[in-house]
Amino acid sequence: MSALSNSASPAPPSLFDGRILISALRDAVLKLNPLQLVRNPVIFVTEVVAALVTILWVRELATGGGNPGFSGQIAAWLWFTVLFATFAEAVAEGRGKAQADALRKTRSEAVAKRLRTPADHASFARIAASELKLGDHVLVEAGDLIPGDGEIVEGLASVNESAITGESAPVIRESGGDRSAVTGGTMVISDWIVVKITAAPGSTFIDRMIALVEGAERQKTPNELALSILLSGMTLIFLIAVVTLYGLAGYSQTVLSVVVLVALLVTLIPTTIGGLLSAIGIAGMDRLIRFNVIATSGRAVEAAGDVDTLLLDKTGTITFGNRMASEFLPVPGVAAAELANAVLLASLADETAEGRSIVALAASDYGLKEPDLGAKNPTFIPFAAQTRLSGIDIEGRSIRKGAIDSILKLVGLAASEAPPAFRQAVERVARTGGTPLGVCENGRLLGVVHLKDVVKPGIKERFAELRAMGIRTVMVTGDNPITAAAIASEAGVDDFLAEATPEDKLAYIRKEQQGGRLIAMCGDGTNDAPALAQADVGVAMQTGTQAAREAGNMVDLDSSPTKLIEIVGIGKQLLMTRGSLTTFSIANDVAKYFAILPALFIATYPELDALNVMRLASPQSAILSAVIFNALVIVALIPLALKGVPYRPVGASALLRRNLLIYGLGGLVAPFIGIKIIDLAVSALRLA
Amino acid sequence: MTVTGWLQIVLVLSVVILLAYPLGLYMARVFKGEHTFLSPLLRPVETGFYRLAGVRPDQEQGWLAYTLAMLTFSLFGFLSLYLILRVQAYLPYNPQGFDNVPPDLAFNTAISFLTNTNWQAYGGETTMSHFTQMAGLAVHNFLSAATGIALALAVTRAFMHSGLATLGNFWVDLTRTTLYVLLPLSILLAIAFLATGVPQTLAGSVDVTTLEGAKQTIALGPIASQEAIKQLGTNGGGFMNANSAHPLENPTAISNYLQIIAMLLVSSALVMTFGEMVGRRRQGYALLAAMFTLLIAGVALTYWAEANGTPVLAAAGVDPAGGNMEGKEVRFGTAMSALFAAVTTGLSCGAVNAMHASLTPLGGLVPLLLIQLGEVLPGGVGSGLYGMVVFAILAVFVAGLMVGRTPEFLGKKIEAREMKLAMLAVLILPFAILGFSAVAAVLPAALSSLANAGPHGLSEILYAYSSAAGNNGSAFAGLSANTPWFNTTLGIAMALGRFAYVVPVMAIAGSLAAKTRVPVSAGTFPTDTPLFVGLLVGVILILGGLQFFPALALGPIVEQVLMVAGKTF
Repeated sequence: MSALSNSASPAPPSLFDGRILISALRDAVLKLNPLQLVRNPVIFVTEVVAALVTILWVRELATGGGNPGFSGQIAAWLWFTVLFATFAEAVAEGRGKAQADALRKTRSEAVAKRLRTPADHASFARIAASELKLGDHVLVEAGDLIPGDGEIVEGLASVNESAITGESAPVIRESGGDRSAVTGGTMVISDWIVVKITAAPGSTFIDRMIALVEGAERQKTPNELALSILLSGMTLIFLIAVVTLYGLAGYSQTVLSVVVLVALLVTLIPTTIGGLLSAIGIAGMDRLIRFNVIATSGRAVEAAGDVDTLLLDKTGTITFGNRMASEFLPVPGVAAAELANAVLLASLADETAEGRSIVALAASDYGLKEPDLGAKNPTFIPFAAQTRLSGIDIEGRSIRKGAIDSILKLVGLAASEAPPAFRQAVERVARTGGTPLGVCENGRLLGVVHLKDVVKPGIKERFAELRAMGIRTVMVTGDNPITAAAIASEAGVDDFLAEATPEDKLAYIRKEQQGGRLIAMCGDGTNDAPALAQADVGVAMQTGTQAAREAGNMVDLDSSPTKLIEIVGIGKQLLMTRGSLTTFSIANDVAKYFAILPALFIATYPELDALNVMRLASPQSAILSAVIFNALVIVALIPLALKGVPYRPVGASALLRRNLLIYGLGGLVAPFIGIKIIDLAVSALRLA
Repeated sequence: MTVTGWLQIVLVLSVVILLAYPLGLYMARVFKGEHTFLSPLLRPVETGFYRLAGVRPDQEQGWLAYTLAMLTFSLFGFLSLYLILRVQAYLPYNPQGFDNVPPDLAFNTAISFLTNTNWQAYGGETTMSHFTQMAGLAVHNFLSAATGIALALAVTRAFMHSGLATLGNFWVDLTRTTLYVLLPLSILLAIAFLATGVPQTLAGSVDVTTLEGAKQTIALGPIASQEAIKQLGTNGGGFMNANSAHPLENPTAISNYLQIIAMLLVSSALVMTFGEMVGRRRQGYALLAAMFTLLIAGVALTYWAEANGTPVLAAAGVDPAGGNMEGKEVRFGTAMSALFAAVTTGLSCGAVNAMHASLTPLGGLVPLLLIQLGEVLPGGVGSGLYGMVVFAILAVFVAGLMVGRTPEFLGKKIEAREMKLAMLAVLILPFAILGFSAVAAVLPAALSSLANAGPHGLSEILYAYSSAAGNNGSAFAGLSANTPWFNTTLGIAMALGRFAYVVPVMAIAGSLAAKTRVPVSAGTFPTDTPLFVGLLVGVILILGGLQFFPALALGPIVEQVLMVAGKTF
């Protein structure tokens, strides 16, 4: 329940982990390769003009003309701008790399025992896991790494999946049913299994995970693509503005040097968001991975932010997995303590959660201790599907508990002949969403135990938060509509789907999608697969079947159904971070104009100094300071890009007001202050 | 600035809002094909047109078919107008015996009227015959306005439809706009203008003896009818060279109020129509609020600059209380001249009742900037609305991500395709304005047209290309624009500003129409709140205006600081 009670992410690797920084620095330099950088148009343009200014600087040095001290500094800061952008991406990637290395180790060490025929376990060949083919059968024994993804066709084993999930407690995997899938790279602890390989080497789960955490297969997500288009378009617009300025200035016989025009261009184009854009995307995926969720595409993470409706399974998500006894309702003439005592005895051998909860309730509400029955030679009657009863025979007492109609049949009463008080108790329990459990002793009705679906504490508040964010929650349950309605109202979900079959789920998802809504759901069984595939965000449980895992676009390694709520938050945070930094970056332009424009034309029109509202020391210092600010702001914002803009579960209006104030207004004001401070430093150090 | 001045401004703008509301709702009924009080009269005419042209009014077009219909129609309009201009000497109703219009001027003028720009590189009363004025220019005053409105309707339908890739029928929209909206309004307004003293005659001119005993020829013509559609259709091409400053186009203070109201009316009403048709009136109010916020800021700045006059005038002994009256008509005064200047440029109308070149540099900066912001305040009929929708899409995209969802506007997701097309559209203005200006600023053939030196000359060039690309049509008088260079390049800029802009916008509309509408929830980015209005204003200023800042700094801004220092051009 940690995910429920604590929505903060697990401790991330420190932002300034030394090893990551050093390898990131090296990667940042490698990323300067223009062929690679061309994917990021804003930074690519910056690199091109940085090269141009460098050439001009060299020429000035050689010919002795111009102002090489100034051009050199501009060139240096332009290169820093590019480097800071590639560095941001490298740092973001670096945090995934350590994890990828650990995963890769499990892959390289694996040796497969390939069976010649699936039935003959004695005859196998040891080959490298990488040589396995689809459909091969391999034997995996205690202490072996499972060599590839597959289905268990025979046997049962406990498997340590900590390589993937980080959870060291072993899980049971067996052939048939919903727990037959195994993942390459996990280790069999005891017993043996025969696995049919279902994924070719190179496309196994671990391979996909490595690719994802490394960001090697990273493609621009739809939204990132749209944003890059906006940024490229703005770059083009400012390119037009700066290039034409040459002609417009020529009108008043002002010859602008290429260096200052480049400085103007680079400060105006959205280098801040351009430089941080891919880092934000990588960090978003990384955040998800730290929540032990693997998304098969960045598109899914973005879709998570857009989700309108969450389909949540009742059991395990909204309620605890098991029903609990909440009260004893005796029929008239029976003392509550007598009922409690009888049902306590009947439940002593009942190791189900329901049975244990009856014992616990008897102890807490009636002070009854578990009696020691060793000497009394009791006979325990285990639950049988045919009778739907269980109980105990002890010292002439024959106590039974079970389904209401079974108990009534046992005591020889038709449903209509049951005592009114008994009937009322049964009805009341059913109406409130509980399950009534009848109790009788030696053919006499004692009363009813109220077994209640217990809604998890705090879940109602979470749903209220989701509602404030504009997300509807829909509870899916196999219960009848009356029970479902009662739990739905107690948990505060917006809608419920009672007596739901997998087909119902699929139909519900389709219906919602036709109305333009995006749906998220989680599931584990093979029969969930169609719905998982149809949903916009389908989270499969790591413990689920191979079919479910392939149908969904995310896998939750912790197999915790409440993860969906966190996943939505992470998706939103990713989009918010992009939006906030875009707004900040664009708002910055105003101040930069006021820094550079007066400096450009001061020689022709000294009166334009009126626009120098920051009172910057000299034209050179103004231009240099703006370029330095533009470069440093990228570095300053790397932590924010990696951590993400804090997300609060409030409505869109409130979020917008808050972020617009911080990043919009802040983006307007901050550079005025920043450039002024840098200008003071530049003129104090006599750099310009 | 005086209280009376401000009262007049507030009065005129209030009347516009009051009239725009019912007109907007009426237009929504017309464009949805519903019954209106004019239907009994006009429905037979309308269906008659369809039968004649073989148009099936219930057949909706996709964005491409709609756009192609518009382009074909425009091409035909261009060719026919060009022809009329080139052969007007052989055509009837030419009492003054004007010659054929030379090719470069005919090219420029044809594009100008086709694109609702009405840039006039000629003097109307000394160049164009009555036939040309009525059968050529006035026809396009109606059709170019109707085309703009039709395009805006297509864009509006993109938000009405869910998962349906059609945008209406161009021919139907064109017919209904002309028949139900522009014609009835024009008739009403022409009669009102007649009442204020605007002439309406087929006579050529009259010769009179002035009080000083000199002989003067006064040009006459069918002015009142021209004047009505010139204002209503945000065309702005005057019958006379002096446009609405001329006493026969705009004789009194009352006619001046009518002119301002008329030019604002249809564009403002269309925003209401938009809100009504997409089923969210509040959205219409929000867009209109953003438009009027910037417009009123522009009016205030111009009025302040003009009412304050200049230190140069004060030094020359002119009473500073009168403000800067150079180039203004005494019957209008500074307040109504400032309002007219801001409205005509916020609107892409281009009619003028004062000479913009004679405004103070700061006062002249406003019209220039308002054009460069994209003619969306509230913009030309139709074009203002679709331009504003593009800005709204950009605003939603830039800031919408901040609420943690894929940006959407009126339930339509804004994705890569829409962004690509929107950026294509917004590139047009800087490309056409700054590109041509930068060349003209250093080209001797262009520079020889300038009347003034220094930054004022640069403003003249900038203004010409801004006016053309923004399809405004007003001029910073002083530039002799009737040269092959300016006629050709301004013609190209006008065509780019209209067609190169609207084709990507129509593609956006087609793409949005086909998308399923996302239902509103608490997580939806709100686009009808004061906060959004503020955001939209910011985006218009930053994305629409910042790129022109360097150019403006070299023109009106530097001129202003120089003027304060006592230097004029």
